[in-house]
Amino acid sequence: MQNGDQHYSMEDETYTDIDGKAISLECQSHSGFCREFTVSSAKVSIGRVMAYTCAVWLSAYIIFFVTENTAVLSSAIIITLVGMMVHIHFVKVDHETLLIIGSLGVQVSSSYASGRESTDFIEMGKIKDIVINEAIHMVRKIKDMVINEAIHMVRKIKDIVINEAIHMQTVIYYLCILLKDPSDPEAVSSVVPLFQSSKPRLNCLVKVYKSCQEILAKC
Amino acid sequence: MVLKIFFPQCCNKADSGLLVGRWIPGQNSAVVLAVIHYPFIPGQVKQYIHQVECVCVSVNGKLVQQEKELKEDGGGEKGGTKRGGGEKEVEGEEGGGEKDKVIFIHYEQRKVMLSQLHPIDNGVPDPQTESQLPQVTTYVLSVFGTVCQSEPLFFLDKYDDGPVKMTHWQSEGREGSIIVELMKQASTPVCLLTTWMLTLWTSLCSSRILNMRPMRFISSKLSTCLQLSYRTEHLQTVCSPTRATAHNHFMRKANIFVSFFVDVSLGLLLVSWMYRENRIGKLANTLVPAADHVAKELEELLQWLMGAPAGLKMNRALDQVLGRFFLYHIHLWISYIHLMSPFIEMILWYVGLSACLGLTFALSLLSDITALLTFHIYCFYVYGARLYCMTVYGLSSLWRLFRGKKWNVLRQRVDSCSYDLDQLFIGTLLFTILLFLLPTTALYYLVFTLLRLVVVMFQGVLHLSVDFINSFPLFAMGLRLFRSYRLAEGVKFRVLCEEPGTPLHLMMDINPLKVSSVVQTYRTPTYSCYPKDSWLALCKKLFLGELIYPWRHKTTKID
Repeated sequence: MQNGDQHYSMEDETYTDIDGKAISLECQSHSGFCREFTVSSAKVSIGRVMAYTCAVWLSAYIIFFVTENTAVLSSAIIITLVGMMVHIHFVKVDHETLLIIGSLGVQVSSSYASGRESTDFIEMGKIKDIVINEAIHMVRKIKDMVINEAIHMVRKIKDIVINEAIHMQTVIYYLCILLKDPSDPEAVSSVVPLFQSSKPRLNCLVKVYKSCQEILAKC
Repeated sequence: MVLKIFFPQCCNKADSGLLVGRWIPGQNSAVVLAVIHYPFIPGQVKQYIHQVECVCVSVNGKLVQQEKELKEDGGGEKGGTKRGGGEKEVEGEEGGGEKDKVIFIHYEQRKVMLSQLHPIDNGVPDPQTESQLPQVTTYVLSVFGTVCQSEPLFFLDKYDDGPVKMTHWQSEGREGSIIVELMKQASTPVCLLTTWMLTLWTSLCSSRILNMRPMRFISSKLSTCLQLSYRTEHLQTVCSPTRATAHNHFMRKANIFVSFFVDVSLGLLLVSWMYRENRIGKLANTLVPAADHVAKELEELLQWLMGAPAGLKMNRALDQVLGRFFLYHIHLWISYIHLMSPFIEMILWYVGLSACLGLTFALSLLSDITALLTFHIYCFYVYGARLYCMTVYGLSSLWRLFRGKKWNVLRQRVDSCSYDLDQLFIGTLLFTILLFLLPTTALYYLVFTLLRLVVVMFQGVLHLSVDFINSFPLFAMGLRLFRSYRLAEGVKFRVLCEEPGTPLHLMMDINPLKVSSVVQTYRTPTYSCYPKDSWLALCKKLFLGELIYPWRHKTTKID
């Protein structure tokens, strides 16, 4: 660790993502205009790994018991191994980092459970702004359809029913970078959402947003 | 704005000297290219810099051996900018030693010199070549461009006896390899020889004898001839005596060369394996019995159709006619095969040698041999399809007559029409006949279409693998795996450890191109074999009885 940077993680406040799982935020300030934010999601849980492995092997044993073919067992082993390797190398994101360097640009990187890192650097000249956007996240459950039907049929109890309907959808917030088109500096050409795998909640995003705006304002 | 200084890593351990670099206007950044060591004569230095015609090279800052002073001086001093020719002096901004407002970005000069940037343009990576002027120069592109354009500056280093002694990425020794130099020397005569042979070959191919109608038709149907012409074109591209200057052309040549080399070596391996224990003789000996076996199976199938297939009741007369017709065809085919059987081994032996030209040729040959051996299945399919098609069209037209309507060819729609009584009578009779004959023709059509589809799928798999071998960019993939900095998608930064109160130090690394983007960008365009129709259109054609040719060859793209 460096004695030079201010390095602090939010110990007093525990952050969660939109599904309720615990995540952690780490802010590192390397200089007056360079800050790094790391959001770490939950690691691969050993319980789930064991559950999946046991399920696959149990079904393989049952099929072997029925068909007496040893190829089933070896293919089950191979499938489990390959599936685990693919999962930790391509799917499971360990932590996501946002490095903002004033007047140079913003670097967004995701680090997977196997150690692979995928990085993207956006120049300051292309960035219009960093904002928090709202989105409505539809929770696809049968409950919702029933409630919706109830709204149509029971129009008398308007107030109570509509209030409950709004609570069934969740509103999520995500931090994103607005890019500007080089030919038209006023228009927003595209949006790059950040922290897509960790999906932190608004309190975490607000801290990151405030720090980023400080730096963007300076340069 | 914060001042950004790009500093090459190779100069970190250099002796004290003067920094030479370039100023990027508008971004408040300076790219340091080399360090000129003491002692030197300032006049000579300026002359040399003008000589190597580096536009806008500025002499800025002093590199002193202790690290601490480097940072202070680097942030403090700012020299003038001199344009080649004129004496326009522009003072740099932020001359003061504000340590907080300086960023040092370390970069590996060798990697930046050798890498090719692929900025994402509308989601598609596009390698920037010197010939095309980039529409929008991004910051990273300008930094890379600055370093690459200063190549003349790197010709002299501190071990040469020139007027100036410099340290840069080449000063540890000029990059080079004996093998590469020897190959470069040898390549010119080899290229000339190959080009001459290729021109001979193409003139032979386009001679009048080989261009007569029947030969042209046959050679356009055989995939081996197609592959041959395609490879000839490729070789012409590779062996052209002009050097490839643009990055795209160089990569295209390299990819074609490597894939051709791998193809030929795999083909030679296959040939050596096949000819070793006279396997090719054994293969030829099994070919005739295999054809016999297929014919016997077909005969049994027809006998089954002529009986009561799957419990369905066929129209006896039509059934017998069609069955006997096809049986006679099979008999002809078997006699033909038996006639050819003494020559098959010799033909196969010589034709198999052409697999030396490459694995793709062996696969195309296999596809052609399959097509020739299953020619009777193709014929049966055509007969069955035509019969079925006629039945269906007749039925649809008579059905309209039954309802009192007619197809208006002029207006391309169905109109009502009043028919005479005898027209209606004959039409109804014919409709009934065709309707009751439909199951028989439909069953024959179904059986032979399925057989034809099996053969087409097999040929399709072979063509797809040939296409894959032709178009896969092996050289670019090898470059991405072993020298990943050569193909760059962008850059990435890493914060280096630092002391408090000093300017920020970052390390700029090359972010290599993603594997999928490599394949997409550097694919060699081929006469790719792709399905012509969507699934729905295919099913519709099958239902109506139109002849299907599911694979279509694209004509070679001209770049």
